[in-house]
Amino acid sequence: MSFISITLSLLSGFCSTVYIFLLTLVMALPLGLIISFGSISGFKPLRWLVRMIVWAIRGTPLMLQLIIVFYAPGLLFGLPMQSRILAVLIAFVINYAAYFSEIYRGGIESVNKGQYEAGQVLGMTKTQVFFKVVLLQIVKRILPAMSNEVITLVKDTSLARVILVPELIHSANVYVSKGLIWPLFYSGVFYLVFCGILTLLFGCAEKKLSYFRI
Amino acid sequence: MSVLKVENIKKRYGKTDVLKGISFSIERGDVISIIGSSGSGKTTLLRCINFLETAESGKIYVNDDLIFDAENPCKLTPAQKRMRQLSFGLVFQSFNLFPQYNVLENVTLAQRIMAKSLPDYSLHKKDILADINERAVALISRVGLSDKIVSYPWQLSGGQQQRVAIARALALNPQILCFDEPTSALDPELTGEVLRVIRDLAAENITMIIVTHEMKFAEDVSSRVIFMDEGVIAEEGPPGLVFSNPSTERLRAFLNVFD
Ligand SMILES: Nc1ncnc2c1ncn2[C@@H]1O[C@H](COP(=O)(O)OP(=O)(O)OP(=O)(O)O)[C@@H](O)[C@H]1O
Ligand SMILES: [Mg+2]
Repeated sequence: MSFISITLSLLSGFCSTVYIFLLTLVMALPLGLIISFGSISGFKPLRWLVRMIVWAIRGTPLMLQLIIVFYAPGLLFGLPMQSRILAVLIAFVINYAAYFSEIYRGGIESVNKGQYEAGQVLGMTKTQVFFKVVLLQIVKRILPAMSNEVITLVKDTSLARVILVPELIHSANVYVSKGLIWPLFYSGVFYLVFCGILTLLFGCAEKKLSYFRI
Repeated sequence: MSVLKVENIKKRYGKTDVLKGISFSIERGDVISIIGSSGSGKTTLLRCINFLETAESGKIYVNDDLIFDAENPCKLTPAQKRMRQLSFGLVFQSFNLFPQYNVLENVTLAQRIMAKSLPDYSLHKKDILADINERAVALISRVGLSDKIVSYPWQLSGGQQQRVAIARALALNPQILCFDEPTSALDPELTGEVLRVIRDLAAENITMIIVTHEMKFAEDVSSRVIFMDEGVIAEEGPPGLVFSNPSTERLRAFLNVFD
């Protein structure tokens, strides 16, 4: 087993890791925003419900949620989950959307009320104020917390293994059972490089937004 | 014809009556100063006039058009809401500039957004935007900030920020420009430059309502002074009379604090 063939097989696991990562991100980012609107809604029952759900999701392990999403439909309703990767995505998207929603909420609530009022007296609608004035301030505020959460997501993808979805650690583990330990360490390098790139990207974004101060 | 007529405005927060029936009217070119002790309802009144709060009772007319009637609240289209809103400009105590936009962008933002709904926007986009910019540049130089056009708010002093805020409000040509303690958040050495700008506006016959604690300034600049006390207008009149010959005990006591 050469270094190259092991690298290739780890790469295929890594592809699946990146796939879970990207799809989760693309869906959880907007869903989180919608949830955050619910959690600051003026309509009390909705706000209360959303906050309870967020509490439940943040208060239990992602691994447990993964298992429940995969097994519960079959055991409870006799409709077994057909696709393992789908179960992974559902659990990840819901879990991360809940975390993102709290970050968004913090960002939204941190914006000075005066910004909305200034927009209003200049004749802007609420939507215009949100997109033209407030959004960028929120983005700037939440970038560090987002960076943290996104990097955690990279590593959380390894939980997919729990319901036998192949990903990077899974690929490396194949060699461990054959008595080869170093591919496991080698897989760590993939995570490190990936997270390194993300850190650089977030650093760039923060720098881009450093031209103004809130 | 009064440019603004306010009738019997009442506003309460919870159980406290903050405005207990305010009525006044102003003519085009008038400069009204509103004075009064802290908590007398000055800010609340300005906020009701600018629709940041909804009064529980009362009417507001602009140029004799009824634009607000608490007894008869009708659903307004966004366009009507904007028209109503744009009768007024408001300069805040805390400036509230948009931090991510430079001075020129702050002054032009609202107009650029509005221009997008013009029917011939896509056809004459360049001209329209150039026009907006040109007017904004003129306003910025009018408040003495020509050299700061591309600066961001954090690069400006408080006095400069407040002058940008004034230019931003003027850019929309409000019928009535309101100020809520425009210099209260400023170091004393910076109040002068802001007051000078407001004086210039008064000289140009811009209709203004100014809530202020600067008594000397109020006396110089205003055509009429309103003294508010516990949610009512306790006294009003020309500055000469109000300041030199107050008729109520409350106003006398209030003015004594400043001497
Ligand atoms: N959002 C609010 N909720 C509850 N009470 C409020 C609110 N805003 C103002 N008040 C109360 O209304 C009263 C009048 O407040 P207002 O800010 O209008 O006074 P003001 O004359 O502007 O005072 P100042 O000179 O200190 O600015 C105060 O007693 C204040 O506590
Ligand atoms: Mg006030």
